[in-house]
Amino acid sequence: MSETIKKFLYLNRKAPYGTIYAWESLEVVLIGAAFDQEVNLLFMDDGVYQLTKGQDPSGIGMKNFSPTYRTLGDYEVKNIFVDRDSLAARGLTQDDLLQIAWEDLDTDESVENIVTVVDAPRVSALMDAADVVFSF
Amino acid sequence: MADTIDVDGKEFAVDEEGYLANLNDWVPGVATVMAKQDNLELSQDHWDIINFLREYYEEYQIAPAVRVLTKAVGKKLGADKGNSKYLYSLFPYGPAKQACRFAGLPKPTGCV
Amino acid sequence: MSILHTVNKSPFERNSLASCLKFATPGAAVLLIEDGVYAGLRGTTAVPLITDALERVKIYVLGPDLKARGFAAERLIPGIGVVDYAQFVALAVQHAKVQAWL
Repeated sequence: MSETIKKFLYLNRKAPYGTIYAWESLEVVLIGAAFDQEVNLLFMDDGVYQLTKGQDPSGIGMKNFSPTYRTLGDYEVKNIFVDRDSLAARGLTQDDLLQIAWEDLDTDESVENIVTVVDAPRVSALMDAADVVFSF
Repeated sequence: MADTIDVDGKEFAVDEEGYLANLNDWVPGVATVMAKQDNLELSQDHWDIINFLREYYEEYQIAPAVRVLTKAVGKKLGADKGNSKYLYSLFPYGPAKQACRFAGLPKPTGCV
Repeated sequence: MSILHTVNKSPFERNSLASCLKFATPGAAVLLIEDGVYAGLRGTTAVPLITDALERVKIYVLGPDLKARGFAAERLIPGIGVVDYAQFVALAVQHAKVQAWL
């Protein structure tokens, strides 16, 4: 295993269900989590819809992968960012979004909700700081 | 052509790697029959893991990767069980792959 | 007889809805399906487009698509109707043709 920890940024800009991008991104994150890198997720534009609460696609015959986002803490993803302007343009607030907890079982350190709503300058900074950006 | 396994006279469809085709078909007998094919006899310790996996899937809609499984088992069933040595002693073909198969779940994401 | 238009793209990603509403004539019906349902929600930047159009055309949202995405009917702009699959079929039958804005 490489000693160099890289910063990975997964950039999610697509709504769930209408296209396969959201689910594909989530699968790549879950697989990539095995590689001991620093993983950041950023949701912007229609990607913010991936995190809305109360999703129930049983009526359209699709798998509900919304609960799977709540495992991201188990997969050592510690940072999930949501672009504030994208939420505002869609009439949404943080109250509309899932809460995702994180816990380190070795140290008992825990964070109740790793979903953070951020402003545009922080979004730019995240992109600048990333070694690799995966776009979905 | 789809393969099947026989559980108490009833046929259950499985995929080419032996995973149950339809998660909702699962009954405990599926695990017993699959274990027998792997020359394993299921103890309560096995069932604890199988039931844990089914509950995990019910809540999160995925089968956990092995290191997530290890962590989560440790949290739920105690640190003495939350290690890969213990889990491999129960499921020699791999706790995620083999136990998930017994539990009727799809192959864990990230397994090849 | 008038047209039933269907829009299945998010208004924030494509101009399908804007084009549809530009050309839909009075008496037409517009059914928002799949990612198109996001256009029906309150408080978004697409609200002016919808409220303007509601004066000329009927607008509906496909309920199962709305539910899939986690939103209740109460989150919709007043004046928008919710239909199920059977009512979708009924709308298609009532109109001369169905035009999809992909």
